[in-house]
Amino acid sequence: MREVAVVGFTQSPSLRREPNRNEIEILIPVIDELRKQTGLESKDFDFICSGSSDYLAGQSFAFVSGLDAVGAWPPVCESHVEMDGAWALYEAWVKIQMGYADTALVYGFGKPSMGDLPITMALQLDPYVMMPLWPDAISVAGLQARLCLDAGVLSAEDMAAAAVRDRGNAKSNPYAQVKGDFSVKGILAEPFLVDPLRRSDCAPISDGASAIVLAAGDRARKLRERPAWIRGIEHVCEPMDLGVRDLLRSRSTEIAAKKAGALADKLDVAELSAPFTHQEILVERALGLGPKTKVNPSGGALAGNPLMAVGLARIGECASRVWSGEADRAVAHATSGPCLQQNLVCVLEGN
Amino acid sequence: MAVLTAVVGIGQTKYEAKRLDVSMAGLIREAAERALADADCSWRDIDAVIIGKAPDLFEGVMMPELFLNDAIGGAYKPMLRVHTAGSVGGSTGIVAASMVQSGIHDRVLCVAFEKQSESNATWALSISLPFSLATVAGAGGYFAPLVRGYIRRSGAPEDTGIRVAVKDRQNALRNPLAHLKLPDISFEMVANSPMLWDPIRYLETCPSSDGACAMVMEKESLASRRSGKVAWIHATEMRSEPTMFSGRDQVMPRATLDNAAALYKKAGITNPRQELDCAEIYVPFSWFEPMWMEGMLITERNQGWKMTYEGATAFDGDFPVNMSGGVLSSNPIGASGLIRFAEAARQVRGMADQHQVDGARKALGHAYGGGSQYFSTWIVGAQKP
Repeated sequence: MREVAVVGFTQSPSLRREPNRNEIEILIPVIDELRKQTGLESKDFDFICSGSSDYLAGQSFAFVSGLDAVGAWPPVCESHVEMDGAWALYEAWVKIQMGYADTALVYGFGKPSMGDLPITMALQLDPYVMMPLWPDAISVAGLQARLCLDAGVLSAEDMAAAAVRDRGNAKSNPYAQVKGDFSVKGILAEPFLVDPLRRSDCAPISDGASAIVLAAGDRARKLRERPAWIRGIEHVCEPMDLGVRDLLRSRSTEIAAKKAGALADKLDVAELSAPFTHQEILVERALGLGPKTKVNPSGGALAGNPLMAVGLARIGECASRVWSGEADRAVAHATSGPCLQQNLVCVLEGN
Repeated sequence: MAVLTAVVGIGQTKYEAKRLDVSMAGLIREAAERALADADCSWRDIDAVIIGKAPDLFEGVMMPELFLNDAIGGAYKPMLRVHTAGSVGGSTGIVAASMVQSGIHDRVLCVAFEKQSESNATWALSISLPFSLATVAGAGGYFAPLVRGYIRRSGAPEDTGIRVAVKDRQNALRNPLAHLKLPDISFEMVANSPMLWDPIRYLETCPSSDGACAMVMEKESLASRRSGKVAWIHATEMRSEPTMFSGRDQVMPRATLDNAAALYKKAGITNPRQELDCAEIYVPFSWFEPMWMEGMLITERNQGWKMTYEGATAFDGDFPVNMSGGVLSSNPIGASGLIRFAEAARQVRGMADQHQVDGARKALGHAYGGGSQYFSTWIVGAQKP
């Protein structure tokens, strides 16, 4: 395998509603800043890959104008996934592995505030047997949370504690959307949004974008004093149907973590993009994280959740901590689909 | 550095306006099962699944690969969903190939599909957004001015497009899977069909189809041991450029020219017209055959129409194009690019049945999309490169 590292990372602030800019206008400064950070121009990227969703933009081919943010001239080698940018990063990493590229630009962006997100997400379900019931995203997650509570695998206090931790950590993150000093008692006093989920159990709805530069071997060493080397990156997809899955754990995260070599006792930092508190706990367990690992120093998805960019941003948050020396070894997680259907695990190392 | 990779299995559905007999899952499974049977594999032998399709508004399901993954054996495996506008089928093939070429997987399955009868493509392509100028033109309205630009530049005779349409519709009669079959097809029939977007007539236009195409790809050490014929991937290439900017040549975009040059360089080809035996080119409107003959550097600038006119691109010509009937005969949009890639592979495997070009050893598969701005291509051969 070729040595590949994350050498650049930028993101926009997560905002509940970006009032004045469309998706591409959100993306432009993020990519501009990345150019400044790395000193690379569009022509310096051997490959470009992006992640976004037409259903967030409410139009077909929403990603096409992303090329305007890149400034794709002369023409570029470029591809797109209808997935979180973390999977675009995976595709770019594959292209570097095959020797097609030595450098790659990856970005993800989404502006869910243009629609009613929980209802939009109902359109992601099986159109023949699930979608006609219009189960919104919070209700679907609520079913899983209820199952977990009834089975005794976690408690409402555990869930609240995850929110307290993440939003406390987010106080030092200028890009985070929901942050501050919360308490378990205070959260448990909140009314149910969708029983058993309270508002604080849910990630916010966020507009935003993130971008990363990957580089191989010596290119990476030239661009960063201490590159964040990708030591393992794996992703696994479960069936969608809730009735055929074990919803009390995240099997796909377990499999991906094992294949990626995410050895829990050696991880300094973990950045998770689970959008609900009970899901964050399930992902933590699937990764086998213990007291040695600082979870979500940025606040994670519960503090800022720009869909299609949030998973990629978790990889960037890990990388920036490796660059600074704060972490020697970190793990980033991205998810997609109802109830943690599809998960990606990326292990980054400083040495 | 890349691992040599081969196509070892191909499966396609019957293409129709409305496949009411199957769900979306049933449609892609039909193609995937046929590809597995062709490759003599089971679901268990597949390491990863790559799914491609055009905009989600075409079926009205957001990221449908999530519910479809299970239907093609993707449970608890890696799955990627590719979307690069009309070129997506080609890009899906390229992404799938790269999963093997990188050494990460031994054998992958890719499936591209569209079930256009679930929705209305022209509606889905004509959404009017706030603060944006709405063209509400659909694809034909968008491309007609580019065709007119080509005619003006090249001085091509006005009936060139009609000749392409007749040729591709005759070829479709050889392909049992083709959607649109017109046994009485003639020059007059096309010429007399209604003018939709001047100069594009109704019968010079692609249909709207339901269908899926699947391929199994495998690394050299496995593919070499097979007794059956495989298609070796000699080169893949892709290029993109922005939709609109001052001075952009939309008729002959730089992205296609750069893409073609890079592709041939990788494949070690210096004279594509002589070294390639045939091509499956993305021609959704008849005139794009001569345009992409030039855009793929198969002939000189402004001379593409002569290849059509002189019969070079006919089934029995010296450079047959779209032997399967092409996009003009079957167009499940998200799959159309992968069908081009698969049909090129069928030719070099010698398995194209009634539309087989005798002795085809090296073939080009091509797809384009967006506002003539996304290009993905590959060259496959009967021999290792």
